[in-house]
Amino acid sequence: MNGYFAMATGLAERVDQIFVTFDHWAVTNTPEPLRWLVSILLIVVPILAVFPGLFALTTVLERKGLGRIQNRYGPNRVGPYGLLQPIADAVKSLTKEDVVPRTADGVVHYLAPLVIVSTAFLAYAVLPVGRNMIAVHLDAGLLFFFAIGSATELAVFMAGWSSRNKYSLLGAMRAIAQMISYEVPLILSSIAVIMIAGTLSPEKIVLEQAQYTGIFPHWYVFTPWGFAGFLLFMTAAAAETNRSPFDLPEGESEIIAGYFVEYSGFKFALFFLAEYLEIFAVSGLGITLFLGGWSAPLSFLAVIPSWIWFFAKLLVMIGVFIWVRGTMPRLRMDQLMNFAWKFMLPMALIDMVCAGVWRFLPGGALWVVLRWLICAAIIVVPYVALARGLEQGRKIEQRVYRYAEEG
Amino acid sequence: MLGEGIVKGLIETARNFVGSYVDKDRLVTVQYPEERNPLPEAARNFPFLLYDGDDPEAGLRCVSCHICEKECPPRCIHIEKSTDKKPDFVGKQQFYPKVFNIDVSVCMSCQICVEVCPFDAIRMDKEFELSTDDRFGGLLWTKKELAKPNEYYQKIHPMEAAETDARRAEELKQTQAKAAAAAAAAAAKAAEAAKAAEAAKAGNGAAGKEPSA
Amino acid sequence: MSGKSMMEESAIGLDEQMGATYGAGRHTLKPDAEHESQILEVAIGPQHPSTHGVFRMDVQLDGERVVRLKPVFGYLHRNHEKIAENAAYLAAIPYTDRLDYLCSMTNNWGYVLAVEKLVGIAVPERTEYIRVIMAELTRFQNHSALVGFLLQDMGASGTPLMYAFREREKILDLFEAVSGARMMCNYLRFGGVRVDCTPEWLEETRQLVGRLPRFVDEFERLLRGNEILMARTQGVGVLPRELAVSAGVTGPMLRASGVNYDIRKVDRYGIYDRFKFRVPLGEHGDVYDRYMMRVLEMRESIAILEQALKEIPDGPVQDPKTKVRGLRPKVGEAYGRIESPKGELGFYLISDGTMNPYRYRVRPPCLINLTILEDMCLGLSVADVVVTLGSVDIVMGEVDR
Repeated sequence: MNGYFAMATGLAERVDQIFVTFDHWAVTNTPEPLRWLVSILLIVVPILAVFPGLFALTTVLERKGLGRIQNRYGPNRVGPYGLLQPIADAVKSLTKEDVVPRTADGVVHYLAPLVIVSTAFLAYAVLPVGRNMIAVHLDAGLLFFFAIGSATELAVFMAGWSSRNKYSLLGAMRAIAQMISYEVPLILSSIAVIMIAGTLSPEKIVLEQAQYTGIFPHWYVFTPWGFAGFLLFMTAAAAETNRSPFDLPEGESEIIAGYFVEYSGFKFALFFLAEYLEIFAVSGLGITLFLGGWSAPLSFLAVIPSWIWFFAKLLVMIGVFIWVRGTMPRLRMDQLMNFAWKFMLPMALIDMVCAGVWRFLPGGALWVVLRWLICAAIIVVPYVALARGLEQGRKIEQRVYRYAEEG
Repeated sequence: MLGEGIVKGLIETARNFVGSYVDKDRLVTVQYPEERNPLPEAARNFPFLLYDGDDPEAGLRCVSCHICEKECPPRCIHIEKSTDKKPDFVGKQQFYPKVFNIDVSVCMSCQICVEVCPFDAIRMDKEFELSTDDRFGGLLWTKKELAKPNEYYQKIHPMEAAETDARRAEELKQTQAKAAAAAAAAAAKAAEAAKAAEAAKAGNGAAGKEPSA
Repeated sequence: MSGKSMMEESAIGLDEQMGATYGAGRHTLKPDAEHESQILEVAIGPQHPSTHGVFRMDVQLDGERVVRLKPVFGYLHRNHEKIAENAAYLAAIPYTDRLDYLCSMTNNWGYVLAVEKLVGIAVPERTEYIRVIMAELTRFQNHSALVGFLLQDMGASGTPLMYAFREREKILDLFEAVSGARMMCNYLRFGGVRVDCTPEWLEETRQLVGRLPRFVDEFERLLRGNEILMARTQGVGVLPRELAVSAGVTGPMLRASGVNYDIRKVDRYGIYDRFKFRVPLGEHGDVYDRYMMRVLEMRESIAILEQALKEIPDGPVQDPKTKVRGLRPKVGEAYGRIESPKGELGFYLISDGTMNPYRYRVRPPCLINLTILEDMCLGLSVADVVVTLGSVDIVMGEVDR
């Protein structure tokens, strides 16, 4: 039995590292002068192939998921179960006429989709997709990620400003305000993780979480501060990427498409692609920080390769995003801002305090339960207080209605 | 508490998502054109003319009374009366329409023409897959395109057709009975007149022997 | 931008208008003196997913706040009144279907009531019950569709809309089974209805009405406790009581502002005084109240339907001696009004003894409810304007006729 287990784990490990070994083999077998080119291509081409492919799959999944939530079929004519729909969409967006308004600023208008797509791709450089599978080994990987994320806001404003359209200007201004406001809780909620892990490098953070006590992993999401941090991070991530219920900048039923209303055809497809790529990137970062990256949820499931776990978790996150989109109406601008500054920012700071308390409380058997209770209390009490404060500020209430007297 | 309503909403949508796979009642989409919903009997779309028997010209019920043309709200019916007459289902001589056009692009399917027709000549069809790319005249239907047999009407509106047919059969029976009664009365009168004539002739003959005395 | 000269007349400070009463008429707000920012003029519509038809609003924005709002309509004007003045009385009935195209049965009833008053036609018992059943079914499906649209406007990406339409489809199937068409029913006639409804149809309706309370519960549950919805609709688009009454607003919008005026209780047309139903009233007059009015009215409609379906007698549906075709009323005038799902729908007819009316005038509730839009929207942001417009419940077919 042990022999089989060893053989199984040996095989599993080989499958797990299959891409790494292929990369190593290809680089060592190319002549010296071209090695730099081959190694670069082997990093960049998979990213350029896999994530847009995931984007294509997500568009279909989203439409079918939303359809099923609304008790209807999604697209099901193109290909089996509609899975070839992205090809039809791609053909459509490529063959559409590219309309540029006459008074628009031509250069900026042309550059905006390019800037946004390239910055979105750059964020994948520091995501550990599997064991030993990371594009660029940066010690300050997390810092790089957040810096790149801020660069997308520039592209959004370029798009809105250059279109010379009041709707897109409105949309761009809303988008900038929203994105800047939500950067703060996003970064603050990840600081707790950085504090506990003691490093800014994503791969080391995953390695910290990939340890097991018994069969349970050390994922940060299973701690009170990690759970709260995870929720904060994902909410801020949804707001960063203009995803429902925070999609006011592209408020479909009000200012139609907001900052990219003047874009048609392929440029629009590029904006769409960039939005989804950002969603995958922040989800990937959330998985890395809180959900243990590529590690398996239970120790004996590590036979399944690590990159499969990463993408499985990514698909689950996408499913949750689609689910939330299908359920909620969108927040108004000022409510969005209130939510960011008056609720999420204090919660993120308290989360950091809680992480510190968790770290420095003694870890004996007696303290296991007590540690949980104390940290949970640190999170829950301010949550309730802040929530009540928010509600009172907005004066929302459950109303009781009276009826006219019979007469 | 904050978040409670959101969680409730999420549970509701999840229930719908799962239910759409499991519960027949949830997923109400009909995959047209492979499946079609059956139309109820009373459904109406555009009018058509009825004829009895096999010959659309001879059996056409319309007698060109122009009532539907006058009552049609958007005035989409155009009728020209013929100059000669033809017999209808009870045998009476009636005019018939030489030209009967309905401009279907104007017709608003209100069914008033059907309501006011005293001769059960025009009824509502249920066909709705009628697109044509002939802009000039493709949607102007003439008598030839409008005339459909009574069997077709019985197929699409069985209960209404049964009621109309019963009424017309009753009317036919009554007309025939009246005609038979009239014929019998006429025959009786003719027989009496003949007998009276005979009696008069016999009387006259007898009276003819002697000049008036 | 010469901010000063434009704002001379009847300027109300930004602080005052938050919750104060306004007078009727046009207002312009004085923007904050500190930042005399540029006024951005935006035309929302006529091609817009949320304006409920071809409707345009010329909005002047100061940042995100509305400073002035001018509604522009007439894109769907189809000469309804002129056509009816040149057509016979019977021929105008299909045109009334197309006024408020979601509620054809109640439109028919308003017109038919006016003609019956003009001529003096008596209506049999069974017909009165059938009319009440049709009107309440219409009210239910209209409110269901409207609440779905309200949520769609708020960005709930169509999910509540699909649920609402699923139920509405069943009601429309009932209409098709009895009258032949789903929306343009053309079903009511002077002194009766076109065809009687069969016992099977009544049975099907009873079964559907039995399932409706569960749908209203499901709908309410999806959204009543939703904080985002409540935050977006409470306190938004407030219509004070006095302003509502002086502007002639009727229907659920008026009752949301707290005025007890339901024509079914006031006029008691038809046989509404035989049914026990309550009239819900709101207090704040904001968008949330209007939304809840419609949901509560849906429940009251179910109550009326259950009573009517239980008590409907047998009998004829139209007096065969009533002259329906070629009607020539004597010289006179009549005004027939009903509580349509949108408000008070009235038809004013003047007859001069010929086959066509001399004057045919429709009192469109949507248009009159729309005139107060500017006062409700001052100081709100664009997103709120869209939500407020959705709560007024306009159907352009009726606004423009």
